[in-house]
Amino acid sequence: MRLESHDSILTTHYFMNKTKTLSKSHIWSWLEEVIDPEIPVLNVVEMGIVRDVHYEDDTVVVKITPTYSGCPAMNAIEMEIHKKLKEKGVENFKVLTDFKESWTTDWMTAHARKKLKEYGIAPPEDTEESDDFLTELKGSQKVVPCPYCDSMDTVLQSEFGSTACKSLYYCKGCEQPFEHFKCI
Amino acid sequence: MSTFDTIPNTDQDALVEVLLRLADDRLIHGQRLSEWTGHGPELEEDLALANVALDMIGHAASLYGYAAELEGKEDEDYYAYFRDDIDFKNIALVELPRGDFAFTIARQFLFSTFSYFLYTGLIKKVEDEQFRGMLQKHLKEIKYHLRHSREWVLRLGDGTEESHEKIQEAIDEIWMYTGELFDLDDADEAAIKHNHFINVTSLKPEWKKIVAETLEEATIEMPDDDQYMFSGSRQGRHTEHLGPLLAQMQFLRRSHPEAEWK
Repeated sequence: MRLESHDSILTTHYFMNKTKTLSKSHIWSWLEEVIDPEIPVLNVVEMGIVRDVHYEDDTVVVKITPTYSGCPAMNAIEMEIHKKLKEKGVENFKVLTDFKESWTTDWMTAHARKKLKEYGIAPPEDTEESDDFLTELKGSQKVVPCPYCDSMDTVLQSEFGSTACKSLYYCKGCEQPFEHFKCI
Repeated sequence: MSTFDTIPNTDQDALVEVLLRLADDRLIHGQRLSEWTGHGPELEEDLALANVALDMIGHAASLYGYAAELEGKEDEDYYAYFRDDIDFKNIALVELPRGDFAFTIARQFLFSTFSYFLYTGLIKKVEDEQFRGMLQKHLKEIKYHLRHSREWVLRLGDGTEESHEKIQEAIDEIWMYTGELFDLDDADEAAIKHNHFINVTSLKPEWKKIVAETLEEATIEMPDDDQYMFSGSRQGRHTEHLGPLLAQMQFLRRSHPEAEWK
């Protein structure tokens, strides 16, 4: 990996491990500059898409995991990560998609949820591991508060919204339609 | 695996076969669903069907991708674009023409209910980490598909006279294609031995229970199970509908195999 001039000075003064530790946190902070193309107020780190950054010899390995299986933004996100790392002068890197752990909205940071709400998307609640999906299937829907007026008087209009990760709601309080980030 | 009568011997071959069978069902189903894009009965449904189609194609892509890695193929596109109808292992249910909205919903409901039980069972059994991770991910989405299609079955069945008639017809028409969901062949048996698959025949009672309860609530009559059931798709013997679907899906890529998105 080619380091920027500022880092090169560090390289000469610190032993190898130190350089790697420093650079890893740099890489994380650069990845925070990569914005989710579908939800432009969130970056891919706070979304929980970037799972790991590590070294294989001198190659930086960035592990990402898809939010939704069919999310068309994933390709765009991968390309953006490539672009960003190249722009920052990282020469040897690869971006791997990992399926071992499946993405959950629980990985979204509190700050990210706040930003979502401010943007007008009702943020996901914490997921509950329900063993009783089949009973729930016939039962009631949970209440999603309106991101604009916080009214609890809202109704689900469709499980599927403008992107795979959102559903459509309508607020009877302020009479506005809004989107809800589904919890998965 | 390319010929239709090969029984996988090794652990890896057995896994690849399972991945391809699951993926083929999902790709073909996704392709059929995507035909609705721009033609949905209302905007929300247009979006919903397109979303489900994307999920299906996404599920297929991850399963094919893993098979490609195991088999040393370049990527998942090989399986989607460069195999012929005889190589596809999907069941006939998913390749049937999209029909009307009631038919699409009926198919989605029967298939998603089955997928729910299949995935729940597989997650408990499968030891391969990557495969199990994919299954867990897909299951979250399958729940949405099941909820969505089940609600529409109720709404159509218990709706107007016309909607009731259409969904009843659709269920009757599809029924003979549901037998294949529970068929078990030698390749499945081999995969079960290697802990990559489960006995799908044993899923039938649970599947039937949810289907029966839903149809009853929707005032739809449950078709007679003791009727002719279509079979053979898993061995590559398809209906006449798969060929034209593949032709449309594959022709561009086959005409320009080296083309790249820029």
